[in-house]
Amino acid sequence: MSDDRLTIAGIEFRSRLWVGTGKYKDFIETQKAIEASGADVVTVAVRRVNITDRKSENLLDYISPKTYKILPNTAGCYTVEDALRYARLARAAGVSDMVKLEVIGDERTLFPDTAGLIEAARILVKEGFIVFPYTNDDPIVAKRLVDVGCPAVMPLAAPIGSGLGIRNPYNLKILMESVNVPVIVDAGVGTASDAALAMEYGADAVLMNTAIAGAKEPILMAEAMKYAVWAGRMAFKAGRIPRKLYATASSPIEGML
Amino acid sequence: MRITVNGESREVADGHSVASLLADLGVPAERVAVELNLKVVDRQTFPGTPLRDGDRVEVIGFIGGGEDTRHER
Repeated sequence: MSDDRLTIAGIEFRSRLWVGTGKYKDFIETQKAIEASGADVVTVAVRRVNITDRKSENLLDYISPKTYKILPNTAGCYTVEDALRYARLARAAGVSDMVKLEVIGDERTLFPDTAGLIEAARILVKEGFIVFPYTNDDPIVAKRLVDVGCPAVMPLAAPIGSGLGIRNPYNLKILMESVNVPVIVDAGVGTASDAALAMEYGADAVLMNTAIAGAKEPILMAEAMKYAVWAGRMAFKAGRIPRKLYATASSPIEGML
Repeated sequence: MRITVNGESREVADGHSVASLLADLGVPAERVAVELNLKVVDRQTFPGTPLRDGDRVEVIGFIGGGEDTRHER
């Protein structure tokens, strides 16, 4: 599987599992879980630096931009203006031109405000950003995001942090057939089988945070996710058998007594 | 002079640049971005960007976050 690389906007990704860095106990656990996941892309949030505690540690001391591709997000942004501001600041920090663009529409569901998302994506693409939009599982919105220049789309499987798995596999499948860019399923994965399923459906990658960080044993779950994504990807490439209602014997009848 | 840094008002010596403020705060300049009065400051110009009384400075960096990191209010 090592030759099965994903390339987006000229950037080659070694791993089809992308992970977030939130909700871990500490930076050591974050580091170990990410190592175990085999991911080479990690998402980070953009926030005010702690200027009152000089001893406060930096996440990037544990997750080195030399080893990992850092994907800053605009999590927590509810307006186009805020998302643009955070994206521009993230780029100014000098680790990446990539941004995982989130324009959140509602606090309870954390569903994306897709109208705002398309608008923000259009502006950031023009400014030279590589925009990875966190979107709904809506094929038409995905098309619009590609139209404005997004080199990939990131539809949700279920609400962020819900662990519900893929709630609308048919939409996701239609979405994948509707766009000619990589599709990274983002949010909603609960356990390894959800990740495998997303890959079996034909996703190019899966991004998750809570499913790993929130597990009882995050490092073990990180490793499980690595294999799940591999297994799902291989099964997708191998091509599954059609579903049939009745049995088909796999042992020959010929030669029976 | 009095400036606001990350939402907190503070008294600093006159003649500070963005770079010298960061040094004073003990913040390594290479991993942060700075916004001055809502405009992003190019990191190359940190030393040459003077601060003035009443300026609003935001110093931002990266923290752990996945999909759902809320604003810390």
